[in-house]
Amino acid sequence: MMNHLTEEQFVLYYYGEGDGSPAVRAHLDACEACRAEYASLQRVLNVVDSAPVPERDANYGAQVWSRLKLRWDRPPGLSWFPRHWLAAALVATLVVAAFLAGRYYPKANLPSQTANAGQVRERILLVAVGDHLERSQTVLLELVNAQPGQSLDVAAERERAGDLVAENRLYRQTAARTGDTRVASVLDDLEPVLLEIAHGPDRLTPEEVESLRQRIEGDGILFKVRVVGSTVRHREEKAAPPAGQSAGQSTL
Amino acid sequence: MELSDSVAVAQARAGDSGAFRVLVERHSRNLFRLAFRMTGNQQDAEDVVQETFLRAYRQLSKFDDRASFGTWLYRIAANCSLDLIRVRKRRGAQTEAAAEEGAPDPMQSLPDPAPAPDRLAMSGEVGRQVAAVLDGLSEMERTAFVLRHYEGMCIDDIGRTLGVQPNAAKHSIFRAVQKLRRALEPLVSSA
Repeated sequence: MMNHLTEEQFVLYYYGEGDGSPAVRAHLDACEACRAEYASLQRVLNVVDSAPVPERDANYGAQVWSRLKLRWDRPPGLSWFPRHWLAAALVATLVVAAFLAGRYYPKANLPSQTANAGQVRERILLVAVGDHLERSQTVLLELVNAQPGQSLDVAAERERAGDLVAENRLYRQTAARTGDTRVASVLDDLEPVLLEIAHGPDRLTPEEVESLRQRIEGDGILFKVRVVGSTVRHREEKAAPPAGQSAGQSTL
Repeated sequence: MELSDSVAVAQARAGDSGAFRVLVERHSRNLFRLAFRMTGNQQDAEDVVQETFLRAYRQLSKFDDRASFGTWLYRIAANCSLDLIRVRKRRGAQTEAAAEEGAPDPMQSLPDPAPAPDRLAMSGEVGRQVAAVLDGLSEMERTAFVLRHYEGMCIDDIGRTLGVQPNAAKHSIFRAVQKLRRALEPLVSSA
């Protein structure tokens, strides 16, 4: 008695995979039941094939390039930020302290002056947090994109992670204090990863790279950093209204 | 004369941004198509395209000249899409937990995981069903199926892209096809 083809054989045959195509073809020619079964599979997969995808016009590549260029043309990170973590933490502390002082200090100034000062403070902090997230993203990307199965020299990333840990703590506390739960949450997720990199060795074994990569990807930290970073950038732009307008709300 | 991918990559590595631009302009539409199939959402697909080129640019020095640049980009895009799908799932779990506790969703600024207008615009019941079944696949099943079915990638390459054995990739495709058949066969046969 002839054995019928399995569903797996149908699928491999449909996609032209596997080395049994001539035998499958011969069987299909001879077996009406399998022919019907295969025709049914073809109908389903042909329907799947017809599911539409939104079209992008011929200029789409140029639009993607323009958006990429916008990101690359920005100064890399905060170039005025010192590399050494103590100095970095000091600058972050000053930014945060200036923001909090302005936020909580009794306001004796004219309302318009107070509004402008608040707007400037918020913008400075948003710029600092936005750059912090961007630089954190760069460190994470280096690890995530590492060549699998190879050891990796992370001395530079370690140093940068050390800088970022101190800032991260300050910005996280500020965000929590000002009720900005989205930013606080992503900074909270980011901190242990930065700590792990900062306290790790200069050269990671392939297993250590993989473990770190899985942790970063498994927790979706990279994506969250990118999304919240872009939200912060957007707020940063909104925090700089045209001249003559008063400052908006100030969360972080 | 049109610059080939390999020449453009070599020039981009040497710091020629115009050469990288050629690569971006050449591959963006295909990457968008792949990203949309993988994520099922236009905004997510746009993000994946951007992220793919950013990663590619940073990793250009590691690209093996003997390989196809397009395939290499596809691998990066597939992994970016997977990252995003994982975050979306995690975010869904977080939202449910937060709703139970009455706490605000910390990731409320992320794109809405609900069907986007483009998804809703899919023609008719079959289109909706296809989208629903694809959404219900595991990330491995969806990725393997999209790469095989829509992108024509062979099973060995899919395994390499996903970092799994070819057999695991093959079984993911089988499971995806089974689920699609179960959901769509009644519709197709009644059409």
